[in-house]
Amino acid sequence: MQDDLDRLAAYVISGMRVAVPVDYGGVPMALTRRLITRGEARDLHLICVPTGGLQVDMLIGAGLVAMVETSAVSLGEAGGAPRFNNAVRSGEVRMLDATCPAIHAGLLAAQKAVPFMPMRGLLGSDVQAYREDWKVIDNPLAEDADPIVLIPAIHPDVAVFHAPMADRAGNVWIGRRRELAAMAYASGTTLVTVERIVETDFMADETTAAGTLPALYVTDIAQAERGAWPHGLWGTYDPDSAELRRYAAAARTAEGFAEYMATTKGETAP
Amino acid sequence: MSTSAIAREILIVSIARLLRGTRHVAVGAASPIPAAGAMLARALAEATDEPRLRISILGSVEHNFFTNGSAELFDCAGQGRIDAFFLGGGQIDGAGNVNLVGVGEYPEMKVRWPGSFGSAYLYFTIPRVILFREEHTPRVMVKSVDFISAPGTSAPDVWRKGGPYALLSGRGLFMFDKDKPGFRLESLHSGQTLAEIRDATGFEFGHDENPPETAPPDAPTLALLRGRVLDELHETYPDFAAGLRAAIHGTEPQEITR
Repeated sequence: MQDDLDRLAAYVISGMRVAVPVDYGGVPMALTRRLITRGEARDLHLICVPTGGLQVDMLIGAGLVAMVETSAVSLGEAGGAPRFNNAVRSGEVRMLDATCPAIHAGLLAAQKAVPFMPMRGLLGSDVQAYREDWKVIDNPLAEDADPIVLIPAIHPDVAVFHAPMADRAGNVWIGRRRELAAMAYASGTTLVTVERIVETDFMADETTAAGTLPALYVTDIAQAERGAWPHGLWGTYDPDSAELRRYAAAARTAEGFAEYMATTKGETAP
Repeated sequence: MSTSAIAREILIVSIARLLRGTRHVAVGAASPIPAAGAMLARALAEATDEPRLRISILGSVEHNFFTNGSAELFDCAGQGRIDAFFLGGGQIDGAGNVNLVGVGEYPEMKVRWPGSFGSAYLYFTIPRVILFREEHTPRVMVKSVDFISAPGTSAPDVWRKGGPYALLSGRGLFMFDKDKPGFRLESLHSGQTLAEIRDATGFEFGHDENPPETAPPDAPTLALLRGRVLDELHETYPDFAAGLRAAIHGTEPQEITR
């Protein structure tokens, strides 16, 4: 039977550019597990805003990812991301190595509907040297030579994240996690899972309105309790460090990863 | 209880000294020793009428001034509002180049690390970037990094307000001279010899004939570290703070930093 998570997952189609949040920012793990169970959306191009964790490692391990644009992927204190590291070594996924503010700059360009955003730093790094899509120009507003890097706009097809609550009008409470709004502004489609759906109207009160992503930018919402587990959700619950370590150990091999995925149900977490 | 500082405390005290006079220090996630050094610097500044020191710990809710999402740290650094930051590095070379990406030929490297994070920007924008890596071996301190996540120096026409300030390892403290460019050994930690450090370091560095030992903290500083700073640290890094307390009280074997 199709449920709300299936309805959200069905928006994600093979080959799409999918923006995903930082591991403490509200990672939609329940939705991620559903995407893996369905296995229909493949060859995904993940854009980590600005780094990735368990979600990225699982999607790669499940063979659904063709490219990763990121400034880092790791499991934080649980160590390196084993399926990511393996896939990079074997060339199974293509890398677009970036640096955190370059990802933010690319999303900001999309938000402003301009083709690029200039950015300081980067010059002389191999991060810049390997990014043929980034261009270096001489600052046209300066009198002396002043090289500066242009970061092309990043237009994700879909952004996915998990948040504490939405209201009946489809407004989503993001608090101070403004990068979630930045992802939504830049993306064609935004899919949000939430812990709960409440009856109050966030836009009717100044206190909640300031931390709200308006429904205008939100395509669809599904309720998923503990939907970020084993990642934490800011202000709501802490990461399950023991589970992250258990995954990190299991996923060192492809077989261990497959067994973990078969025996650990992501959506009925404690 | 150990009455003299143990190895981890020497690192914390060294960091606090490097942060003297700063007003805003940013610390990456999962960096308990830099965080402790910043907390000690803050406590010492309060005790001596120096300017108030703010600390932003990334990923922490309590120690965080940012309300504009994860881009704000970088905006803040670009505006010159962050004086000091810490970078690790799978590889660090004598020109101050840092590699956070991997070992071997890019992109299909034989060892892949997480990635460059914000280094390729923060190294250009924050005046005192302290390279901190406890492991000091030839595989970390290399002649030339395999991938430059962030370069130590730039051509004169490149906009640059920041860069490497010091390199602190489990063996010693080096200061960076951007005109050379290169590192100069400032002091050796207790139990280290110049010959051992040379063997453990893949790059050339400047040094005195007999470099001094890293100075231990005076009694009030050590008391501040073992009191207020450890209490503050416990809120963000409970496991690390508990482990350090146990080491100080001699209830676990004292670590040997290599």
